[in-house]
Amino acid sequence: MVRFSKKVISAAGASLLASTIISGAVQAEDTIKVGILHSLSGTMAISETTLKDVMLMLIEEQNEKGGLLGKKLEPVVVDPASNWPLFAEKARELLEVHKVSAVFGNWTSVSRKSVLPVFEELNGILFYPVQYEGEESQRNVFYTGAAPNQQAIPAVDYLLEHEEVERWVLAGTDYVYPRTTNKILEAYLKSKGVSEEDIMINYTPFGHGDWQTIVADVKAFGSAGKKTAVVSTINGDANVPFYKELGNQGISAEDIPVVAFSVGEEELAGLDTAPLVGHLAAWNYFQSVDTKINGEFIETWQVYTGDDDRVTNDPMEAHFIGFNMWVKAVEKAGSTDVDSVIDEIVGVSVPNLSGGHSTMMPNHHITKPVLIGEIQEDGQFDIVDETDGLVAGDAWSDYLPESAKLIADWRKPLSCGNFNVTAGSCGGAATN
Amino acid sequence: MGKRIYPIVLCLFMAFVLVTPAHASATLEEAVQTLATGKLKERATQIDQLASFQDVRVVPVLEALGAGTLFFRKSDKAVFRTAPTRDGLQLIEPLTGSVVATEAKKNLRKIKVNNKLRRQLKAVIADLTLASADEGMRLQAVNALAKAGDHNALPDLKAALAKEQHEAIKTALSEAIAALTLKDPEATEEEKLSALILFKEKGNQQALAIVSAFAAQASSPQEQAAAQSALASVEKTLAFWEAGQNIWYGLSLGSVLLLAAIGLAITFGVMGVINMAHGEMVMIGAYTTFVVQELIRTSFPGAFEYSLAIALPAAFFVPGVVGLALERSVIRFLYGRPLETLLATWGVSLMLQQAIRSIFGPTNQEVGNPEWMSGAFELGGLTLTANRFWILVFALFVFAVLLVVLKHTHFGLQMRAVTQNRGMAASMGIRTPWVDAFTFALGSGIAGIAGVALSQISNVSPNLGQLYIIDSFMVVVFGGVGNLWGTLVGAMSLGVANKFLEPYSGAVLAKILTLTAIILFIQKKPRGLFALKGRAVEA
Repeated sequence: MVRFSKKVISAAGASLLASTIISGAVQAEDTIKVGILHSLSGTMAISETTLKDVMLMLIEEQNEKGGLLGKKLEPVVVDPASNWPLFAEKARELLEVHKVSAVFGNWTSVSRKSVLPVFEELNGILFYPVQYEGEESQRNVFYTGAAPNQQAIPAVDYLLEHEEVERWVLAGTDYVYPRTTNKILEAYLKSKGVSEEDIMINYTPFGHGDWQTIVADVKAFGSAGKKTAVVSTINGDANVPFYKELGNQGISAEDIPVVAFSVGEEELAGLDTAPLVGHLAAWNYFQSVDTKINGEFIETWQVYTGDDDRVTNDPMEAHFIGFNMWVKAVEKAGSTDVDSVIDEIVGVSVPNLSGGHSTMMPNHHITKPVLIGEIQEDGQFDIVDETDGLVAGDAWSDYLPESAKLIADWRKPLSCGNFNVTAGSCGGAATN
Repeated sequence: MGKRIYPIVLCLFMAFVLVTPAHASATLEEAVQTLATGKLKERATQIDQLASFQDVRVVPVLEALGAGTLFFRKSDKAVFRTAPTRDGLQLIEPLTGSVVATEAKKNLRKIKVNNKLRRQLKAVIADLTLASADEGMRLQAVNALAKAGDHNALPDLKAALAKEQHEAIKTALSEAIAALTLKDPEATEEEKLSALILFKEKGNQQALAIVSAFAAQASSPQEQAAAQSALASVEKTLAFWEAGQNIWYGLSLGSVLLLAAIGLAITFGVMGVINMAHGEMVMIGAYTTFVVQELIRTSFPGAFEYSLAIALPAAFFVPGVVGLALERSVIRFLYGRPLETLLATWGVSLMLQQAIRSIFGPTNQEVGNPEWMSGAFELGGLTLTANRFWILVFALFVFAVLLVVLKHTHFGLQMRAVTQNRGMAASMGIRTPWVDAFTFALGSGIAGIAGVALSQISNVSPNLGQLYIIDSFMVVVFGGVGNLWGTLVGAMSLGVANKFLEPYSGAVLAKILTLTAIILFIQKKPRGLFALKGRAVEA
């Protein structure tokens, strides 16, 4: 009967995989399954395929070290094909059909929002490796990417302090991450005394290709005699034509620097970076970080992929940290039971690639250093600034009045992702 | 000169006092070696110290520092200029320029700079090269000093103007002097007012920046009034040119739309095949360009400037063959069944995307811009970027060639005959299946050529085609199915409309408004701008 209902559900969820159910059930006892939920086709494949590869590499490495709790780890790769509803279906397939112990996956907040109810309903574990807009803390999700205070705010601080920027262009793609980040940044800049007329906010559609007008506008906005900078939350494919237009209209980083939150080594790989030297990016990791552990990681990665030119980037490091944290928490709990792992993982500390240790905080975000890098001609970043010590991810921004009074703490007895400190009550078990 | 020395002396003094004594160096050689020590924060002082020697030998060192080619050896902290070679970096003695050795990159560390230091370096280098014998270098120096905006450079600039013979540099010098005068608190009111007049006449964006900065801190009411009037006049000039600039942007967007749509105007417009794989033909063209460029890069680096021209025939041929195969294997069985064609070509488009993804990987590929496709030039008050300009020219060229092929060649005649009356054409002895196949191949090949141009402004990724497929259909339907002129007018008017809306509504809303307008237009005129008339339409 149990088997029957399983089949009914799986038929509803993903009808194609009847054969895998049976083989999966047979193998279930001797391996620990790890789900990998990254798009391998469609628009997001450009970024996510790499993350699938890095997960496979980490799992292979762990198996070479003897696996986990005496068992081998078995990766289960599914392809949500850059299709947001399909993310939820595939997440359900991983949890219900394959019975994975943890899922590493997603890119873009909209895909994460689409799988949240599934992880909550089926009590799974998700590690989300990409920087995001914050304003969320969910019991089943661990955010190993940067929250705004671990990327956007320090980047703006750098521009304020070192470039003495007075006028700001906040340019982004029109969806939830840039809109929320820009809302936080606008509030932050105003708290620093920047006036309304010195902030220009601009949104463009996904995959925007014609940047002539906007770049010209930025140029005009920058000719007010005050130092101007662009804070870019432009996503994915739209970046290449944007930077090309900047280069062609002769805007150099010395005139109007652009600091980007979604441009890393992978994105620059498809670009002639010579005209972009000096434009900035803020991340928690750069391939150019000069530490022993990073050198080893890059070498393993290049050997694994068989390509000496393959680059590493920040979300890859996030998976590296998240995976090791999960391994350590499982070892601590002595089982892969979801509830015990969720309890044990808070406080777990593992080495990151920039030479320090990252710790899982009670709000399910992690501590990381913030690095500011300048684009170089070889497509790498020169690190020009670094925060003193680590920054703990803040789920609820302190600069938005409605979220400043919320805190997240998943330790018992509070166990709440959005505790309102003024009202003294938890906003509800669910997020947001 | 006195004014210039003072801050340098102060910096030197500070270097002596604040930084450890080891940093204070007696000779230029020692000063260069200090660059290997200290953090990014201390580099500004180090650069000032180097400049204080007023020795032109230091210029290549500073240039290398700015370009990121100045390294120090980890073992002995010796500073070198470097040049890349096959097995590492060639070490060059920083001041003398003699080649010392070649060293593996891992034994060296780059001396980092940031934007602020790069700006400082430019100003320092400019100061040192203002008296250079080379005209290009002098001009660069003047412009750099104007940009740096340090009024302490005024006496040097004035001295240089007195000596200068070259007209262009003279103009640049007077402008630089005027710009700096407006920032100089010691300049007389008269000097400032005449400087303002110069910028009022210039009336470009740079003038706007300088004048508005001055207006923000002008002290006397007379200065304030002059600044405001200059500001108003500059803004008026700019507003005049802005309309022209918008038309240019619109035409340039239109040319991209035209290129993307022109192949579809053949396969969909002339043949009536709803070809969802059209975008992928554009993508294959772009990837062909990439492959050709890679071959040129590895085998004939000298020919890189012509790589796009070399890639053109290949980018026509490869998608053309793919199109031919597609027509022979899939589409010919589906003529007259538009729904099935739509689904089948959609499936093919996904297969082509994934095939490219498997072969080349999911990440963007880098297609380089040749020199003549980079940068911008000024035309009156308009800024035209080179790549957009050439793409516009190229789009019109492709359009003209296609028109000639259709109207004045034997194949074009057959093609038109087949589309107008298949039965009649067949009975006249035209092999209609082959005409169909080659028409489809021609459409695909043209799409591939568009890929060459689009690789210059967009990503070369497996998703390239998807970005343009909707726009392409929009243009063809709007312009009128089956009419090439309609495609031209449709593309250009959509481009211009979009660019005029954008400044007022933002990019997102502009796109929505354009689409809504097209929907309404199609309601009124279902056959588009230039509707075909006659029997062919009813058939």
